[in-house]
Amino acid sequence: MTPEAAATPFVDFRDVALAYDEQSGFAVEDISLTIRPGEFVAIVGPSGCGKSTFMKLTTGLKPPTRGSVTVAGQPVTGPLKFVGMAFQAPTLLPWRTTLDNVLLPLEIVEPYRSTFKRDRAKFADRARALLRTVGLDGYGDKFPWELSGGMQQRASICRALVHQPKMLLLDEPFGALDAFTREELWCLLRDLWSEQRFTVILVTHDLREAVFLADTVYVMSARPGRILARREVDLPRPRDLEVTYSDAFSQIVFDLREKIGRVRKPVDLAAAKAAA
Amino acid sequence: MNRATLRRLEAWAPWIILLALLAVWQAICSIFKVSDFIFPSPYTIAQALVEYAGPIAGHAWQTFWTTMIGFTIGVAVGLSLGIAVGTSRFVYRGLYPLLVAFNAIPKVAFVPILVVWFGIGSVPAVLTAFLISFFPIVVNVATGLATLEPELEDVLRSLGATKSDILWKVGLPRSLPFFFASLKVSITLAFIGTVVSETVASNEGIGYLMMSAGSSMKMPLVFAGLAVIGVMAMAMYEFFALLERRMTGWAHRGGHAPA
Repeated sequence: MTPEAAATPFVDFRDVALAYDEQSGFAVEDISLTIRPGEFVAIVGPSGCGKSTFMKLTTGLKPPTRGSVTVAGQPVTGPLKFVGMAFQAPTLLPWRTTLDNVLLPLEIVEPYRSTFKRDRAKFADRARALLRTVGLDGYGDKFPWELSGGMQQRASICRALVHQPKMLLLDEPFGALDAFTREELWCLLRDLWSEQRFTVILVTHDLREAVFLADTVYVMSARPGRILARREVDLPRPRDLEVTYSDAFSQIVFDLREKIGRVRKPVDLAAAKAAA
Repeated sequence: MNRATLRRLEAWAPWIILLALLAVWQAICSIFKVSDFIFPSPYTIAQALVEYAGPIAGHAWQTFWTTMIGFTIGVAVGLSLGIAVGTSRFVYRGLYPLLVAFNAIPKVAFVPILVVWFGIGSVPAVLTAFLISFFPIVVNVATGLATLEPELEDVLRSLGATKSDILWKVGLPRSLPFFFASLKVSITLAFIGTVVSETVASNEGIGYLMMSAGSSMKMPLVFAGLAVIGVMAMAMYEFFALLERRMTGWAHRGGHAPA
């Protein structure tokens, strides 16, 4: 990558606001941020702060009411075509085998789409290799409902990455998993990212997850969502799980927690006053 | 009783109940000496079935194929309307209330109109079978399409999927279990439609047979007609139930999924 390419942001939000309809007011407001190519960004905040709205804006699934969103130098006007997404629910298709689920994006995204029938064997090999890296070797021919929740989520991440997207959007992907599986998948995501260096936007309300994985953490306020703070995580890479027990790590988590705490308090006080 | 014998007993349950029912029926008719003109016993019905086997088979075949043609049209129309209603908000808003109103009209009310248009015979029967059978298919297919998870749609749209991609790759496969479930309901309704139309406006078919047998006081033959309709509808129901299990096993995975 040339230095200039690194200097131009991959994602550029300028004073973006979005209202879903006229009565409900803004879901997010005054969002301005830039994301470098290959940067790992985490967005944290209380629930209902418009994190998912932020994702919809980035992918072009929703156009902004005000301001502009630019991705890869192009203003976003409709749904982007080079994005991989994964959600809290694995959303795998129960009538397809795990392998066919992972292959789904290749049936839709160009240039794979036009050669899918011809190159199916090659693509299937690629999907199997990807399944192997996430520890699902040999599970390709099983149906998703034959896998555990953690395994389904791994398959879902494979599906998000199989077409080698330039950007990966994750909306609380590990939220429904137990603590051990979650930490295992953190490491998995870390390894995939350091290998392929796609741009990642991770929406989460797990602060440890955000600090462990991300280069930059953004804190959003409660509705209407605004960006309250931006924190670069300067912990050296590669990061092992042990880092989550270090003082430096805890300090960053604590700082972020305090910012979210401050978001909450005035609201609670106002509510208490109104009640009294 | 262990679980295996219980399971085997379960498989035989419909036959056991049927035999018990026939036995009670026969007993009541024999003990109270009920006249065959009022309420024929299973034995006399069986006699009628054997005696009139030839004509019954002919009329049954007539009823069967008219039903199947009407049902096939019903599936085609039901599927297309279901897709339209399930994928387009505009069609849903515009057409759905009309369909519901239409469904509430007893289909027997259409038969006189159909007779005026097409005369006595198979055509009104086919059309009545069609009119009565397409609605459950519309509702089920539309429901299957409309309840698509929004996240899944987001995943596909952010890959650049077109509306028809989403329909073919996700919407339709996902609504298949709904579709097959509605076929089971629709095929039995189609038989009702055919027979209703035949009793009013035909010279052929089980409906006509029952009508004419009734007017010449051959009550065992009327009941034999009822039995034939019941058997045909049940056989077709089982056929579509089997098809459903074969085609959409992933949606009925209670039996063979690992723990």
